[in-house]
Amino acid sequence: MSTLAVHDHGVAHHDDHGHEHHHNQSFLSKYVFSMDHKMISKQFLITGITMAVIAMILSILFRIQLAYPDKTFPLLTTLLGRFAPNGRISADFYLSLVTIHGTIMVFFVLTAGLSGTFANLLIPLQIGARDMASPFMNMLSYWFFFIASVIMLSSFLVQKGPASGGWTIYPPLSALPKAMPGSGMGMTLWLVSMVFFIASSLIGGINYVSTVLNMRTKGMDLWKMPLTIWALFLTAILGMLAFPVLVAGVVLLIFDRSFGTSFYLSDIVLNGVQQPYEGGSPILFQHLFWFLGHPEVYIVIMPAMGISSEVMSVNSRKPIFGYHAMVYSLIGITVLSFIVWGHHMFVTGMNPFLGGVFMITTLIIAVPSAVKTFNWLATLWRGNIRFTPAMLFAIGMVSFFISGGLTGIFLGNATLDINLHDTYFVVAHFHLVMGSAAIFGMLAGVYHWFPKMFGKMMDEKLGYLHFWLTFIGAYLVFFPMHFMGLDGVPRRYYAFTEFVSMQRWLTVNTFVTWAAIMAACAQVAFLYNFITSIFIGKKATQNPWESNTLEWTTPVEHLHGNWPGEIPTVYRWPYDYSKPGAEEDYIPQTVPFSQTMSSNLPTDFEDNPKGLEELNKFQSTLKANEQVK
Amino acid sequence: MGFRNFIKSKTLLSFITAFMLLGTNVLMAQTEAAATPGGQPDAPQVDWTGVSYYLLLFFLICLGIAVVGKILKIYDLTLKIQGKKGMKWNTVMAVFCLVFLAVGLYGAYWSFTVQGSMTLPEAASVHGVKIDEMFTVTTVLTMIVFFATQILLFTFLFNYRHSEKRRAHFLPHNNTIEKVWTIAPAIVLTILVVFGFFTWQKIMDNTDAKGEVASINVDITGHQFAWELRYPGKDGKLGPKDFKMVSAANKLGVNFKKKSSFDDLSADTMYLPVNRSVRLNIQAQDVIHSVYMPHFRVQLNAVPGLPTFFKFTPTITTAQMRTKLDDPKFEYLVYCNKICGGGHYNMQKVVRVVTEAEYQAWLSRQKPYLTDQLRKELHFAAADQPKTGIQNRLALNN
Repeated sequence: MSTLAVHDHGVAHHDDHGHEHHHNQSFLSKYVFSMDHKMISKQFLITGITMAVIAMILSILFRIQLAYPDKTFPLLTTLLGRFAPNGRISADFYLSLVTIHGTIMVFFVLTAGLSGTFANLLIPLQIGARDMASPFMNMLSYWFFFIASVIMLSSFLVQKGPASGGWTIYPPLSALPKAMPGSGMGMTLWLVSMVFFIASSLIGGINYVSTVLNMRTKGMDLWKMPLTIWALFLTAILGMLAFPVLVAGVVLLIFDRSFGTSFYLSDIVLNGVQQPYEGGSPILFQHLFWFLGHPEVYIVIMPAMGISSEVMSVNSRKPIFGYHAMVYSLIGITVLSFIVWGHHMFVTGMNPFLGGVFMITTLIIAVPSAVKTFNWLATLWRGNIRFTPAMLFAIGMVSFFISGGLTGIFLGNATLDINLHDTYFVVAHFHLVMGSAAIFGMLAGVYHWFPKMFGKMMDEKLGYLHFWLTFIGAYLVFFPMHFMGLDGVPRRYYAFTEFVSMQRWLTVNTFVTWAAIMAACAQVAFLYNFITSIFIGKKATQNPWESNTLEWTTPVEHLHGNWPGEIPTVYRWPYDYSKPGAEEDYIPQTVPFSQTMSSNLPTDFEDNPKGLEELNKFQSTLKANEQVK
Repeated sequence: MGFRNFIKSKTLLSFITAFMLLGTNVLMAQTEAAATPGGQPDAPQVDWTGVSYYLLLFFLICLGIAVVGKILKIYDLTLKIQGKKGMKWNTVMAVFCLVFLAVGLYGAYWSFTVQGSMTLPEAASVHGVKIDEMFTVTTVLTMIVFFATQILLFTFLFNYRHSEKRRAHFLPHNNTIEKVWTIAPAIVLTILVVFGFFTWQKIMDNTDAKGEVASINVDITGHQFAWELRYPGKDGKLGPKDFKMVSAANKLGVNFKKKSSFDDLSADTMYLPVNRSVRLNIQAQDVIHSVYMPHFRVQLNAVPGLPTFFKFTPTITTAQMRTKLDDPKFEYLVYCNKICGGGHYNMQKVVRVVTEAEYQAWLSRQKPYLTDQLRKELHFAAADQPKTGIQNRLALNN
């Protein structure tokens, strides 16, 4: 009933809208302070891509330092000034680079850039809504994100450089301005930026959840939603519950830094001077941080999973295998992700018994992840696979998810974590499973929904080039790192020159750096493709991928309110691809069963006895006809 | 007819260009890989004349790609003019997938054998052996899954590449097989969890069992950017510490109110007797550090305000390890493994595992923590005189 009501509301809204159309929107309200979900998603995407490019350049800078720790590059001094005296990046600035690279990638690219883009674009379009529940909040969400990005980047301009305590900003290092240069003004800016960022995430998340719950079109019950929507919906819930805890942690850290409290600090002697802090615990911060931090990695990967599921189903011309299992595993991951945070803290001095408990919960979460992987493989099995760039990236996501996920079984095991914690093994693990996999999910989404966003097609061949160079590059970069970790090489080391045992890894580091540079250059192919396609790309047709979901029933030209007439009604699940007996190899969600009698199956009418009766009647008449013949 | 030949040569040309295109990164990989076994940090480098060289190179590559792109486009068009269907990109990509699988499998094998042999030597502690066993079991299990799933993934991609002639197999779900692949990983993981849980509990148990020879207490304190060591004296007990007592001469803030503090020894190198249980008392003064001794499979964070402990038994002496690794310079080391500031990358301490006799000899040579300067600071009149209450107060006022 509620969907009916919403539907009516939508129509009414549209009627109002007919008048609005005659007003010409000003540049400011159309492109800048837009409240249209499609424009906001583009804003998120372009800001996200910009931030990704910046973070990628930062990574190349520190990769150069790791590959050539003894070489001087005068250009670096020209570019970075005091941060790279005498042609070498300084140790403190190296840590800043690592920190900001991590922060930008995790939060600004893979949280806001990924969820922000696709939740805004797909939620209204795929559930059949005219816009988000609250367009104004949606706009606020973007602008808070934008402010957060500006503040984060502005920390490069302060005297002592940006925050440099690692993206996890563990106190006391981050709490004591004298502990390292980056813990001064740079850290303050980091914290302020994060507060804005979290506000943005929360506003966005509330909007996504309420839109999905309240504004689905007629017939779109929860079990008819595409997996993208399920993933984005659960991601938003996860973010809403987890991010506030980080705010709490960050605010207490601000108190410790600026107002002399001792939430995280105790018994500290810095440079031979006793500090007046007593009674706090650095472990408390880690609990608060990872209570967000672990759900955060699922906030990053779940939209990528949803996008890949959708893209793989469309391009295999096959229904996603085990739709219900896919949804239940997403729900399982959502719930479990709240009780596994302690696996980041096995060796931090947390009570070892607690470590044992977290180890059990952590390894349980591998089960839904395994189910998802097998279901993806089963989706490809006996498919009719079209290799669009989006499909390739979705496949890459699966490959990375397997490679990186399996090493998670090592790290989730407290016993093995003793020797692997904070080594390059961890770096390899999370860059594959959440870095590369999530960014590949995002790129799959960009290639797949580019025609919907911009009304143009991207160049396929450049997409192929981009995919293969990035895919090979990522493996070349991260695969050798596992072995460095197994040799006990710690992460966040400025140079491997001081330890004799690490010097033999220098050649591997050089190789990794060149692989990274190659992969970075490949992104030029993407950027060129992305930008030129917006302007001179081939015009997109309405449903270029022959997909079932609702967004492809909207006209190519964007209009406020998405559908020119009534919002379409949904009759079936989104994965009726290659149904036997159907004319085409896809049946959009808007096609009622009465029009596809020849392809209907008894299972389509599990909760619809009338429909089943009809089907039986139809089949018996068919049989009768055949007998007559 | 000449036109037809032209097309044929074009096919050839496009293959060559495509090969070159792929070749650029393979080539890069090869030259680097070739340099790896050499292991020389000063391997012949490219001339760093300037960035313009690289920019030019990059520009040339882009140009090359653009040319190849145009050629492919023309080839595609000519095919279409002839009434054929254009390039079969689906097939090309499917073949790429198969090639990637083959090259990737070889690459993984190469990495496992060459780089895998560069990893840590056998565990030099009792519990380390258990960790390594567990590691082997986990590696075998996960690698089976790794190779199986990746091979399936890429062969499916090749086998079920697009064809106009057939339709995909409509298979929305199959409850039996889904149950199987939910329960199978669950069982495997349960085994790993149970195995891991009990090993973990055992390793982390830092109290000495009844009847066992008491562990040697060694105190290790981290600060920016070094480790400080303290050994107990004859009483086998370490004196308590209080950060408020820290001064120039009393770097660790040892509290001399307690008797057990007086005979404590300070050391530069961590000497440990082989086959004796050692209890590391770990602490940090300023920020979080992490005591990481990879050869012993020991790691625990050093947290200011939260003393932590790790108990382990070294089993291989430094001398034995040197002969095993055929490296006369080999030393066990403590690393710092938690980001702690600019000097984080160079916070090492040498650890020597020696025989009991060598250990006792070394211990007797160590200087007491209570140096003359510290005595002066604490206003101790005579060295061996037991402290009185007044002196205590003086010490506190200090």
